Amino acid sequence: MLSVAQSVQVFTGFQVSDLWYMAEAAGRTLLISIVSISIGTLLGCVFGWLLSISRWWGVATLGPILDAFRSIPLIIQLILFFNFFPIIGFPLDPFAAGTIVLTFYTAALVANVARAGIEAVPLPMRRAARSLGMTYWQDLRYVVWPIGLRAVLPAWAGVALGVLKDSALVSVLGYVELLRASQILITRTQEPFLVLAISGAFYFLLSFPISRATARLESRWQS
Amino acid sequence: MIEIRNLHKSFGDLQVLKGVSMEVKKGEVISVIGASGSGKSTLLYCINGLEPIQGGEIVVDGTDVHAKGTDINQLRQKLGMVFQQYNAFPHLTTLENVALAPRIVKGKSKAEAQEIAKRQLAHVGLGDKLSVYPSKMSGGQQQRLAIARALAMEPTYMLFDEVTSALDPELVGEVLDTLRLLSDDGMTMIIVTHEISFARDVSDRVAYFHEGVIEELGPPSQVIEAPTSARTKAFLSNVR
Repeated sequence: MLSVAQSVQVFTGFQVSDLWYMAEAAGRTLLISIVSISIGTLLGCVFGWLLSISRWWGVATLGPILDAFRSIPLIIQLILFFNFFPIIGFPLDPFAAGTIVLTFYTAALVANVARAGIEAVPLPMRRAARSLGMTYWQDLRYVVWPIGLRAVLPAWAGVALGVLKDSALVSVLGYVELLRASQILITRTQEPFLVLAISGAFYFLLSFPISRATARLESRWQS
Repeated sequence: MIEIRNLHKSFGDLQVLKGVSMEVKKGEVISVIGASGSGKSTLLYCINGLEPIQGGEIVVDGTDVHAKGTDINQLRQKLGMVFQQYNAFPHLTTLENVALAPRIVKGKSKAEAQEIAKRQLAHVGLGDKLSVYPSKMSGGQQQRLAIARALAMEPTYMLFDEVTSALDPELVGEVLDTLRLLSDDGMTMIIVTHEISFARDVSDRVAYFHEGVIEELGPPSQVIEAPTSARTKAFLSNVR
């Protein structure tokens, strides 16, 4: 039978090395977010462009799929996706499953942002560009992209920040990112307040550069 | 030369051009007048292929604009166009607005493109606005910027679609002066306009459009001073 003194040994207080452990986990949060946000944004731009050029077929086919990704809680998507692949014989590790789901989730959100950006450029402006001899793609690249980007950058930053924070949900698959690491430390140290405060500070450090950079770009474009 | 033969254009069920034929020779200035909805702006959009057509043909220097296999982007370099809305690219400075197309469409170097842009901007009186963004300029200045931007492609023809209609009255003069300047340079122009006295002063010929057909076409001394058609007379007495 354990004495009281021995059982207390199971829990150890927060140590400096735990900070390093959390920093590593924050690195994994950063990795999964960077991969999902960048690939998801690229895909989302393509989807948004398809939505903007289609009369009905794009909206009819792509629309419901994107709606599903946007409407179903991310945690359900993660669990369904993660458990679906072993059934068909291709088990995925938590990182791969989490990244794929987050990427499509990002793409679904960015698709609407991208479409709004494209539609922010008035048709007469695009005709003026074409009247100068620009090809369709030159018009997209040199006129629609820069004007649309300026219109929807704040909306995109909102999506990116949201995805960064939502990446915490990948913890349910057993991937040890920042939130999962925090839970493990809480169990061991029994110091939830301290651990969660540090964890929150890490999330802030990850998010701040995104909001800061977009705010900077916006103010530069304003002048 | 621009040859338009039996041009038909409709938007859905609405017939906008019902068999328009005319020729524009090099060096000629033609003004197109008529009520709103008479199809005069649509004519310009058809000439540079921004709108598809349903019948007839438009031939620019021997090239059928709407034929399959026509490189429309190539052809449009010959056909400068200026619109009612100024359509200055808001994210670019005046200089960049004008230098963009020569660089990416014609493949000029950045320095060359900027040289052309500076020359054209000086020509329309914006030589001191090179690093200004369009949002900081008046409507008249933005419209002159649009003219310089089209000229920078060194077009053979210029199409003007009611370029003074969106301007405050006190700014109309500076844009019309720029058009006069081009006419003095010998530029071939089709000018869709509501400025009848300007059309009389600057044009070699005037076309009066009525409900998708050319009602009257001839020198301003005829069409504006002594119209033969009752409809032309009625229109002119209304706008004066």
